[in-house]
Amino acid sequence: MEPHIQIKNVNAYYKNTQALKNINIQIPRQQITVIMGPSGCGKTTLLRSLNRFLELDEGTQLQGKILIDNQNIYDRSAEVIDIRKRVGLLAQSPYPLPMSIFENIAYGIKIHNIKDSKKDIEKTVQHYLELAGLWEEVRDRLHTPAGELSVGQQQRLCLARGLAIEPEIILGDEPTSALDPISAQHIEKRLIELKHLYTIVIVTHTLRQAKRLADYVIFMYMGEVVEAGRAEDVFLHPKQERTQAYLDGIF
Amino acid sequence: MEKKWHRRNISELIIKILMAISFAIVICSLGMIVWTVLSKGLPALTLDMITKTPKGGYYLGKEGGILNAILGSLLLASGGTILALLFSLPTALFLETYSKNTIWGSQVRLALDVLWGIPSIVYGAFGFIIMLAIGLRASLLGGILTLALLELPIMTRAMDEVIRQTPRDLTRAALALGVTKAELAFQIIVRQTIPGMVTAVLLAFGRGIGDAASVLFTAGYTDRIPNSLLRPAASLPLAVFFQLSVPFPEVQQRAYASALILTFLVLFISIISRLIVWRMNKFTIK
Repeated sequence: MEPHIQIKNVNAYYKNTQALKNINIQIPRQQITVIMGPSGCGKTTLLRSLNRFLELDEGTQLQGKILIDNQNIYDRSAEVIDIRKRVGLLAQSPYPLPMSIFENIAYGIKIHNIKDSKKDIEKTVQHYLELAGLWEEVRDRLHTPAGELSVGQQQRLCLARGLAIEPEIILGDEPTSALDPISAQHIEKRLIELKHLYTIVIVTHTLRQAKRLADYVIFMYMGEVVEAGRAEDVFLHPKQERTQAYLDGIF
Repeated sequence: MEKKWHRRNISELIIKILMAISFAIVICSLGMIVWTVLSKGLPALTLDMITKTPKGGYYLGKEGGILNAILGSLLLASGGTILALLFSLPTALFLETYSKNTIWGSQVRLALDVLWGIPSIVYGAFGFIIMLAIGLRASLLGGILTLALLELPIMTRAMDEVIRQTPRDLTRAALALGVTKAELAFQIIVRQTIPGMVTAVLLAFGRGIGDAASVLFTAGYTDRIPNSLLRPAASLPLAVFFQLSVPFPEVQQRAYASALILTFLVLFISIISRLIVWRMNKFTIK
């Protein structure tokens, strides 16, 4: 199957330091790809380059091409709003919008004109809250402030909010690291359920989580991709010494 | 166990005492101002004061009230505040979303800070010159324009400081959803910072309604109720000033009553706005 995302000759700089060094990888469609590696290896930078978030920080620069369905998202004609609609993000710690639970989901639907009528929007909100596994807990208090939910619930709300704008790709920047174990498990379960619908790219620094989730693995070290491949290959028969060392817990 | 006295305990004690002293000074000053205005103003505060305009001989101690100044002040200050808001809100949001960390942004902030510090009489003189140039006489409109100028830097900078407190994670979360910068500004940041925004507006309104110097030349003064944008309008600070400079004790007492009315107006408007904010505040993400 044709890869969903192709990263070609990507170099990224943060002021004077090079954060990504000549990255060339392909990310498969409708699978979970896990980017792993020790702190500061550039895995978050790589993830943030996929929804054009890198440019939000002063002094960052990116060279090369990132193709989503053969369209370069760094092309001049590429519209950043459309890219971020296609590529959703689940952040490290959940941040609801300053609105009600209902409005948090409905907001994205409205700004992207996905649904028009009030009834359709209500149905869509319910659908995505169910998909994120939150509906039963909030159905009676849809119009209360989203900030009153627990952190674990907030992360599922953020998942629903992201899904509601119909992305093709979901990025997760250590999406469970701020959660308690049970909420984290909840999110992982959702991601596995969702992978037949979306291409999912997750950054994690916990090896065990990588092993639980990954279909495809990218191992990074010091700004470079050391090894990338199918999960069972990388975990069981790593080709590179550095990958083996990381798997053995030497880093 | 016997309590040990460290140097750190002593320095904490000193700081606590200093805090208590400054708190006491603040409370006492406020109390004294309120007491002075109340004790001198209350005896003269009659129903006539707030329901009638000055009649002939009012400034000699005869009948009438300052309804003209109450209405004039409300119109001047609310007109100026609304006008200032129309420009401040977009400016403050623009500073955060479009020109964050740019040289332009910091230049604009510097300019606004300087403007904030300019005495209001200068605004009055400036407004007066502009009015002469465009052929406008001392009028409600002239006063509103000048007050808007006076309030603009205060409101913009106060809003700017509030907007800068917007959590970065929140703006990132919104941007990840694919919002435009304008949507981010008007739909997300404004909702998140609404309590602070209202405070900024109140701060500017309070400055506007209490200022005498800027409306002295630009709005003029009249004993009539303001009925046209192009006619002069009275204001409470000037009412206080004029009555206080009359050598009759009855009239001077009415000056304190006018000050009392001004104080209550500001207090009343603050409380109402806080109540509104309190209702809107619950969606803010802490």
